[in-house]
Amino acid sequence: MKIKSHVMSAFLAGALATTAFSSVYAAEDTIKVGILHSLSGTMAISETTLKDAMLMLIEDQNKKGGLLGKKLEAVVVDPASDWPLFAEKARELISVNKVSAVFGCWTSSSRKSVLPVFEELNSLLFYPVQYEGEESSRNIFYTGAAPNQQAIPAVDYLMNTEGVERFVLEGTDYVYPRTTNKILEAYLIAKGIPKEDILINYTPFGFSDWQTEVAKIKEFGSAGKKTAVVSTINGDANVPFYKELGNKGIKATDIPVVAFSVGEEELAGLDTKPLVGHLAAWNYFQSVDAPANAEFIKEWHAFTKNDKRVTNDPMEAAYIGFKAWVSAVEAAGTTDTDAVLDTIIGTTVPNLSGGYATVMPNHHITKPVLIGEIQEDGQFEIVQQTPAVVGDEWSDFLPDSKDLISDWRKPMSCGNFNVATGKCGGKGS
Amino acid sequence: MYRAIQTFLVAFCLLVSCLATGLRAQEDIRPLIDALGSTAFPQKIEAVKALAASGDPKVGEILQNLSDGKLYAPKTGGTVYLEGPADGAYLDVLTGAPATEVPENLAKIKLNNGLRGAIGAALSQLTLLSPDRSARLVASQDLLKDANPDNLDLLNSALAGEKDAEVKATMEAARAVILLKTDASAEEKKAAIDMIAARGNRDALTILTAALDNAPDELKPAIEQNISSIKGSLAMWDVAQNIWYGLSLGSVLLLAAIGLAITFGVMGIINMAHGEMVMLGAYTTYVVQQTIAAVAPGMTDFSLAFAVPAAFLFTGLVGVGIERSVIRWLYGRPLETLLATWGISLILQQAIRTIFGPTNRQVDNPSWMSGAFEFGGLAITYNRMWIIVFSLGVFVALLLLLKRSKFGLQMRAVTQNRRMASSMGIRTPWVDALTFGLGSGIAGMAGVALSQIDNVSPNLGQNYIIDSFMVVVFGGVGNLWGTLVGALTLGIANKFLEPYAGAVLGKILILIFIILFIQRRPRGLFALKGRAVEQ
Repeated sequence: MKIKSHVMSAFLAGALATTAFSSVYAAEDTIKVGILHSLSGTMAISETTLKDAMLMLIEDQNKKGGLLGKKLEAVVVDPASDWPLFAEKARELISVNKVSAVFGCWTSSSRKSVLPVFEELNSLLFYPVQYEGEESSRNIFYTGAAPNQQAIPAVDYLMNTEGVERFVLEGTDYVYPRTTNKILEAYLIAKGIPKEDILINYTPFGFSDWQTEVAKIKEFGSAGKKTAVVSTINGDANVPFYKELGNKGIKATDIPVVAFSVGEEELAGLDTKPLVGHLAAWNYFQSVDAPANAEFIKEWHAFTKNDKRVTNDPMEAAYIGFKAWVSAVEAAGTTDTDAVLDTIIGTTVPNLSGGYATVMPNHHITKPVLIGEIQEDGQFEIVQQTPAVVGDEWSDFLPDSKDLISDWRKPMSCGNFNVATGKCGGKGS
Repeated sequence: MYRAIQTFLVAFCLLVSCLATGLRAQEDIRPLIDALGSTAFPQKIEAVKALAASGDPKVGEILQNLSDGKLYAPKTGGTVYLEGPADGAYLDVLTGAPATEVPENLAKIKLNNGLRGAIGAALSQLTLLSPDRSARLVASQDLLKDANPDNLDLLNSALAGEKDAEVKATMEAARAVILLKTDASAEEKKAAIDMIAARGNRDALTILTAALDNAPDELKPAIEQNISSIKGSLAMWDVAQNIWYGLSLGSVLLLAAIGLAITFGVMGIINMAHGEMVMLGAYTTYVVQQTIAAVAPGMTDFSLAFAVPAAFLFTGLVGVGIERSVIRWLYGRPLETLLATWGISLILQQAIRTIFGPTNRQVDNPSWMSGAFEFGGLAITYNRMWIIVFSLGVFVALLLLLKRSKFGLQMRAVTQNRRMASSMGIRTPWVDALTFGLGSGIAGMAGVALSQIDNVSPNLGQNYIIDSFMVVVFGGVGNLWGTLVGALTLGIANKFLEPYAGAVLGKILILIFIILFIQRRPRGLFALKGRAVEQ
């Protein structure tokens, strides 16, 4: 028995040594990059595209000679739309595969699940999706839009250009719509919209019978004031929602719908003829008229060998995140997390809409806000474009976050500094 | 006859005057057209209004081209060109002759909702006298929405010659709305209010509510009274509308659950892959539609007629395959069946994801399933209506099959007393396989219907599996009538709760209700009686 356990531990030690050796060897040879996107389960619909986009960016970088003279190597794992599994897979990527940075996550739940892992193991996560804000981590870079880079400019557009006076805030019942709608409600009230002209409504995930909800919207819109719907409806529920709108004959000229989660990918499953003129707010559309975008789309079609594959906003966010990381690593001369954290702030890289994105000290980036109208071909016509806006992680319109700021530069190095009390810490600590 | 002559004369005069001014104005409107190419939307809207006011005969065509996205202008503003037949060729907007010296940076003139509305209003003035009934209807609806007092004379002349009842009613409503905005006499306004109130629908309510604010004091009581009476009748219709929505939701539940009523209700198999059979049916519809669009594009409106049998056969065969390969080894072991079919459902989902990709596939509604019509105060969408008809049809067909056919008799015999049936010479294994195939095939047909209202994605089935089990358990296991009544009851109850409790809480309340109900009556609404149950 005793001998057996000795043999066993010797064997285990040997095995450990081999893995350690092999990973050291690998680390010298290539720089590993983790890709943490669901390839199965409900979120595969959105996340598979981002995995492909990341693979394309890595391949492209390798063609240009790699990074710091080494080749980049993608390590793809599948967290299968299961939030706890995201944390396990993140740990596996960092501890076992020794990746230098991870690009991944889509839902806020998955990000919240991996956040402690990245902070504990001191690695980097680039998160490429628009989200509700109210978070700033030392180890996460938020390259998608914060609410002030998407929701608030969209509502401004409705009020100023479409003359909307009544708002239906329609969302799926989870954290992103709830927080966004809370911010929007506070914002609208601050803009002088009376409370009775705001209707907030939630539906479950994957909701498919929209008859009552659409009738309610129509009824709310019959009060004699121009009405619009601000939709934070999540992925799958959108197709039946828009089908019902189309069939009920609600046109964009009557009650426009502006959506924050509907992009080119989501429209691919829809007949868009009855939806012409409904709006979406993003920081990028495939129809952006810029040389960098044309180049990107061409590469994407070549990489996927399918010239009908659309590009979308989270892909651009992934692009910016990757380019910013590459440029920060080059500046630091190493992939060491702390060194990259120092050099990445202030890094400016071109975005795909003809401008530049700068990584701010709050780990969010600058983005222009684009308002697009749905066209018959499933693309968006850009009807408004703002100059670049700085992402505001702690919303100024929520009472418990308006005094907070985030600045990860030394000496402050704090994600939730309260300017009223002058202390680091508080909500979200 | 007199009317017709009058109309003709009015139209003729309009045409002549247009032509006369048109010849002069031909070149005068060019600056207005070029203003369409300006960069700011407010300027474009002004240009559209100015063009419409110019009365030039070319205006209609130009605005139509603008609305169709055929007009191009330099990105910084400037001369506007018409898209030519060939790529990169441009024509002169007014003459249609090929344009020379076209600038490099031409881009399509962008539209937004405001501009689209302005074009619609302008075009409606031009098409209000069109001989085409549908064009007149659209024009009068646009005028009703626009309610611009400048159009009053135009409407008056158009009304004089209009014969079609629906178009005329819309025109009269438009006229009434405009009258409320002008300084017409109190009697005229009173008549206008009554006219609008008589329409009694939600649009009328919108118009009256909007008119209330700036109405003269003596008219306010009349408007308020009309508003409250419309609200009263709308509340009545709301009840009917909720019943209709409930029936529609119930029919979807029925379709999803009826196949399960066979596999779970009759055979006792807890089939977690039932939702995936629905999903396979939806993908079959997609494949059939794509094939027909490629082979016979003229037949696309009938693709569903081919998709229904195709989906039934395909998913039926898959069902038989699953029964022969997996389930038949697990009879009498419900927990293992549950796990095995759960595994099958994951395999099928991932297989579809690998073959078709994770994104939604587009299944078009045929034209006879698009849009809606009004029935009294009910707004009924065609797709929902046809799904109700279809699900009832499937239900009746299944009932006949079980009660009247030899296969149905054998099936009932096998499920009631397997050994006796076997002794009588029925090949029970094959009846099992075919019964499971039948249940799966019906799920496939449900998929055809669901492809018309829901996403065609690998996750489609997951959304329906819980609801289906709920319906079957609530209705009573082993009884088709129970499934029918259960589905419709749950649908209607859900739709009555939704307006008050919201969609999320409504669903929770329904679940709680079913749990309590099952506590009281474990066998559901329509429990089977007799010796068969005791097994």
